[in-house]
Amino acid sequence: MAHSFGILLRSPKFLIGAIVTLLILALVLIYPEINKNDPLSMEALAFQPPGNGLLLGSDNFGRDLFLELVYGIRTSLVVGLIAGICATAIGLLLGLLSGYIGGIIDNILTAITNMFIVIPSFIILILISVSINSRSSMIVALIIGFTSWPWTARAVRAQTTSLRNRDHVNIAKISGHSTPRIIISEILPYIASYVVMAFILQVASGILAEASISMLGLGPYNTISLGIIMNWALVFEAPVSGAWWAFVPAAFAIAIITFSLYLMNTGMDEIFNPKIRS
Amino acid sequence: MNAYTKYFVKKSGWYLLTLFIALLLNFLLPRMIEGNPVSTIASQVSQGMTDSDSIKKVYDNFAKEFGIDKPILVQFGVYLKNLLSGDLGTSFGLYPRPVSSILASAVPWTVALQLPAIIVGWILGNVLGALAAYRKGAFDKILFPTALFINSIPFFTLAIILLYLFGITLKWFPISGGYDFQMIPHFSLDFILSVIRHHTLPFLSIVLVTIGGQAIGMREMSIYELNADYVLYSKLLGVRDSRVARYVFKNAMLPQITGLALSIGTMVGGSLICEIVFSYPGIGTWLFTAIRQLDYPLISGCTLLIAVTVLLANFTIDIIYGFVDPRIKAAQMEEN
Repeated sequence: MAHSFGILLRSPKFLIGAIVTLLILALVLIYPEINKNDPLSMEALAFQPPGNGLLLGSDNFGRDLFLELVYGIRTSLVVGLIAGICATAIGLLLGLLSGYIGGIIDNILTAITNMFIVIPSFIILILISVSINSRSSMIVALIIGFTSWPWTARAVRAQTTSLRNRDHVNIAKISGHSTPRIIISEILPYIASYVVMAFILQVASGILAEASISMLGLGPYNTISLGIIMNWALVFEAPVSGAWWAFVPAAFAIAIITFSLYLMNTGMDEIFNPKIRS
Repeated sequence: MNAYTKYFVKKSGWYLLTLFIALLLNFLLPRMIEGNPVSTIASQVSQGMTDSDSIKKVYDNFAKEFGIDKPILVQFGVYLKNLLSGDLGTSFGLYPRPVSSILASAVPWTVALQLPAIIVGWILGNVLGALAAYRKGAFDKILFPTALFINSIPFFTLAIILLYLFGITLKWFPISGGYDFQMIPHFSLDFILSVIRHHTLPFLSIVLVTIGGQAIGMREMSIYELNADYVLYSKLLGVRDSRVARYVFKNAMLPQITGLALSIGTMVGGSLICEIVFSYPGIGTWLFTAIRQLDYPLISGCTLLIAVTVLLANFTIDIIYGFVDPRIKAAQMEEN
């Protein structure tokens, strides 16, 4: 474990991605301690340009956009993280079950997975969000997680199937180890690096999904997220008023976060998958 | 029965089943709204109406459409029957306009925007990705991070930035709508030019994001293929580089076709939100309006249409794939 982490640190892509992610984390954890203002309190007139003590100006309600941005990134990160954990857990469980057990269970689970890959998760996300009246950021995160597992499930299944008949697994079987134990100690370590990578991608796509759904006006209530900042900017016609500071920083924040996550993923891919090392 | 027919029949069966599940979800999820949906809806629609007769008419109309007095299975039957006759219910927001007529007016715009954009983005992305893998060096060093960054920007964000840069600051392109609002749609050069000018920015934003994602995938596949043994062997045999590149491209292309099938749902979803930014008169903008007005029939009409379209697109790609991929052909031969 310590060894593979050491190798990872030698990948510049992974390193840059990880450093940027950590810097963003530090910002959203520390800044609210320094500036204890309520991000929803009005500080200035509507759409004031950056300056006058407001780092990124004010939005349509006259609120401090930089403070909103910090809270928005925090919500988006939490939503992405919960969605990622949820999607990876479901995908891993279903993938391991169908890949290792095989037979009829495999057929059923694969069929379900294939169907939910084809039915756009975006649509299910909209349908569920519309039907739920009180959406907290937690619920939004869970809905995203519950609609984005098929990818992970399919990939984990493929890897598990190829591992199932290896010698070390057969020896464990002959030794009379229980199925859960074989899965945990003989299969899981081989796909661990892949699962971590898939998890990082799920977090990134969770953040993008939250932004998209909030943009449609189906985001969480009573909170600020990056998607909600964009939604406000659009609903109150910030681009037409020339108030670039109301949407460019939020847009940039989404891009930077997902970019650094993708970069970490690519860096890991190059390390753990020597075949694509260029 | 020959091998391909068998493949075709099997795929068709799966897609029919998937379609059924999609319809079921589209039917069930909106009915999970707490309380009696019809009275919630009817009270929203009839807000401001004072005449109790017309309120009752609205209520009866939706009660009949939803068939809430019947058991859920019968309701699903009614729903399917209405679907088959092209009846998607009545919009609340634009009462009493039927949902199908709204969708029919929006579909041409969405198709004309998304289909060319996704295809162009897909082709350009694949060519660039293959080039990056093949040329390596500076080209790859610049292209790869750029593509990765563009791919990290949500569709609508890029759309907003383009809108702000080229629409508002530089005033090169109009910022909203599908054509100049004072024009009446008709067949003339002026009108077509106006449509093209309105089409440019949303088109560009979809193309750019699609290029990003596809280039990354193609680059990865090509690097993988370039390191395969057959490439080294052909090089040792002295096969010309251009010919090796063609082999590599062909092999790396196959997964990209599946990739297109699998990501088309995400692309369509993203492009729909892109429409909202430009108030483009397509399905996405209607969906946005419908959500703001809690216009449930229109929302489920939109989601249904999108789901069915994505299924159809996937089905088409799968069928083509059966022709293109020699491995599928081989598997069919073996089975026989």
